[in-house]
Amino acid sequence: MRIAVCIKQVPDTEARLRLGKDGRWLDEEDLPFVINESDEYALEEGLALAEKTGGEVVVFSLGPARVKDALRKALALGASKAVHLNDEAFANGDAQATARALHAAISRDSFDLVLTGSQSDDVGYAATGSVLAGHLGWPHAWLVMGVEVEEGGEALKVIREMESGMNEIVRLPLPAVLEIQAGINHPRYASLKGIMKAKRKPQEQLTAADLGLDASSVGAAGSRLEILSVAFPESGAGAQIIEGTPEQAAKSLVEKLQKEARVL
Amino acid sequence: MAKKIWVVLQQKDGKLHRMSREAIVAGQRLAHATGGSVEAVVLGSGVAEAASEAASFELEAVWKADHEALGTYTPGAYISALAAAVSSAKPDFVLFPHTYQSVDYFPRLAHQLEAGLLPEVTEMDASTGELQFKRPVLGGKMTATVRVKGEGMVLLSVQSGAFSVDDAVAGSCEVRDLDLAGTPITADRVLLGVEEVGGDQVDLSKAEVVVAVGRGVGGADKMASVEELAELLGAEIGASRPVIDNGWLPRDRQIGSSGQTVAPKLYLAIGISGAIQHLVGMKASSVVVAINKDPGAPIFTVADYGVVGDLHEILPALNEAIREARA
Ligand SMILES: Cc1cc2nc3c(=O)[nH]c(=O)nc-3n(C[C@H](O)[C@H](O)[C@H](O)COP(=O)(O)OP(=O)(O)OC[C@H]3O[C@@H](n4cnc5c(N)ncnc54)[C@H](O)[C@@H]3O)c2cc1C
Ligand SMILES: Nc1ncnc2c1ncn2[C@@H]1O[C@H](COP(=O)(O)O)[C@@H](O)[C@H]1O
Repeated sequence: MRIAVCIKQVPDTEARLRLGKDGRWLDEEDLPFVINESDEYALEEGLALAEKTGGEVVVFSLGPARVKDALRKALALGASKAVHLNDEAFANGDAQATARALHAAISRDSFDLVLTGSQSDDVGYAATGSVLAGHLGWPHAWLVMGVEVEEGGEALKVIREMESGMNEIVRLPLPAVLEIQAGINHPRYASLKGIMKAKRKPQEQLTAADLGLDASSVGAAGSRLEILSVAFPESGAGAQIIEGTPEQAAKSLVEKLQKEARVL
Repeated sequence: MAKKIWVVLQQKDGKLHRMSREAIVAGQRLAHATGGSVEAVVLGSGVAEAASEAASFELEAVWKADHEALGTYTPGAYISALAAAVSSAKPDFVLFPHTYQSVDYFPRLAHQLEAGLLPEVTEMDASTGELQFKRPVLGGKMTATVRVKGEGMVLLSVQSGAFSVDDAVAGSCEVRDLDLAGTPITADRVLLGVEEVGGDQVDLSKAEVVVAVGRGVGGADKMASVEELAELLGAEIGASRPVIDNGWLPRDRQIGSSGQTVAPKLYLAIGISGAIQHLVGMKASSVVVAINKDPGAPIFTVADYGVVGDLHEILPALNEAIREARA
């Protein structure tokens, strides 16, 4: 199978977040970026399926220059080609604008399967993959926790997560779009050999013009959704914060749980 | 700016999903803010009961799409039925509960209808003269205020717990049948079965005390002081999703929207940031203690007591303090 995997680069969940000057998004200076968590699982699933069926994985990422690191990592893990949608015009798109651009890039090639993550850890629309499926006219499934290619290679058996610890098992015809949920597999680590090989693998850069897209149809200009501002939650709105050294804090916490909350 | 609002309700076995009722409340709010009106839609096969439940809220009407082909949910079937109905009624806003089912199909429906797409709304505000919405970003560490630009319909989903069913305005309205006669309803996948994830699950819902660990614990080999704390408190150990995904604990310990729901007397959240998908599984706990090195972690907004610091320093001290208090 030829498989396209969409990976987004997002701020490391461990990173300290600072508000940007205009208050509309984060200050990205010195902010560490990583591959979105569910996208790492999507990439692993793609690589494993490609190995099993004798195919290959092409990774797609839309974002600024820093995205090269994420793509290089994907190549080191085993993807055979990387496509970077790199154009100022793509910036700050909502799920629909981003899916439009990704679709234009993906549809220049031919694939049996497109994988995305289930949700991005920054804007978190949980929608880009489904909209992409709409453009392609392919069936899709969100929150995928298992994939099996059926005999004959015409359909997939897919495990979908439902609420409250249940799964549903569904069959979809190929080609299809699957939005992979974190926890589906155990992502591999890059080997030294993989890292060396990655350097010789093809990397393509694409602008809106390369894709025949009008700049007004992508990025912020092509989005209905606009982020006006972001803010931290009012810190400790609920919690009574217990100060002191670990020993002091532990002691007064136990006291409060005994005497105030009466739960110990 | 009177708006026509539709709320698409999710039902199971004739009962409305809790989040469907919350979405009705969100619809009523939006109607109030815009001087508009709300209608609800119920899809499925044999949904008369759910439709009459919906009709007990203050709504203009409840539309019932009762059709054999809608008996089993697939995105294809639901999208074909709703696309037809929405295209002819032309509401300004279509609200969905942000459930795993709605999120599976409503973005694609928005694409097909060329409508705006606004997922996971937690607040709505019209006080500036322009409609603004809030939604969580960065795993709940921040909240974004957003607006929808341009003309045309908007499909939005309403996050769990953001609107309270207690605020619902009761009423009574007519249940009408949606005319699906000329609409081909096409399933795009086949449901083969349903299974329980954990198999033989430990039942955390009865625990009086839950010690829950998050990614912040740092590894399966760093759990000793957590286990000791659980033992001291006679508690069950629970976890956030990444702990399970990384294989540090088995899947049946997961707490949250795709795991178990707990309501203990005491819940200790250790190295857990407090994303909404985790909070929905534990917010009914009586007393919540959060231990986290990040003072801005959203878990502190729902906790009663918080300790800011490294859990690997605080837990041993806490275990010691409990032992001392008991001595
Ligand atoms: C559809 C869907 C369903 C989901 N279902 C669930 C679910 O059922 N349950 C669930 O939990 N999640 C679920 N999630 C994931 C959820 O969105 C969050 O990603 C997850 O809850 C985060 O887990 P965490 O808080 O452990 O990790 P993180 O968000 O990475 O937070 C780790 C925390 O540990 C703190 N920390 C780090 N080191 C230390 C230290 N040494 N001492 C003290 N504190 C430290 C950090 O400050 C941080 O706050 C779901 C997501 C999706 C998209
Ligand atoms: N800029 C991007 N580049 C590549 N893939 C993306 C991008 N944005 C979103 N995706 C994919 O779409 C999924 C869902 O993202 P979202 O709709 O933002 O939650 C992600 O997990 C990615 O797989």
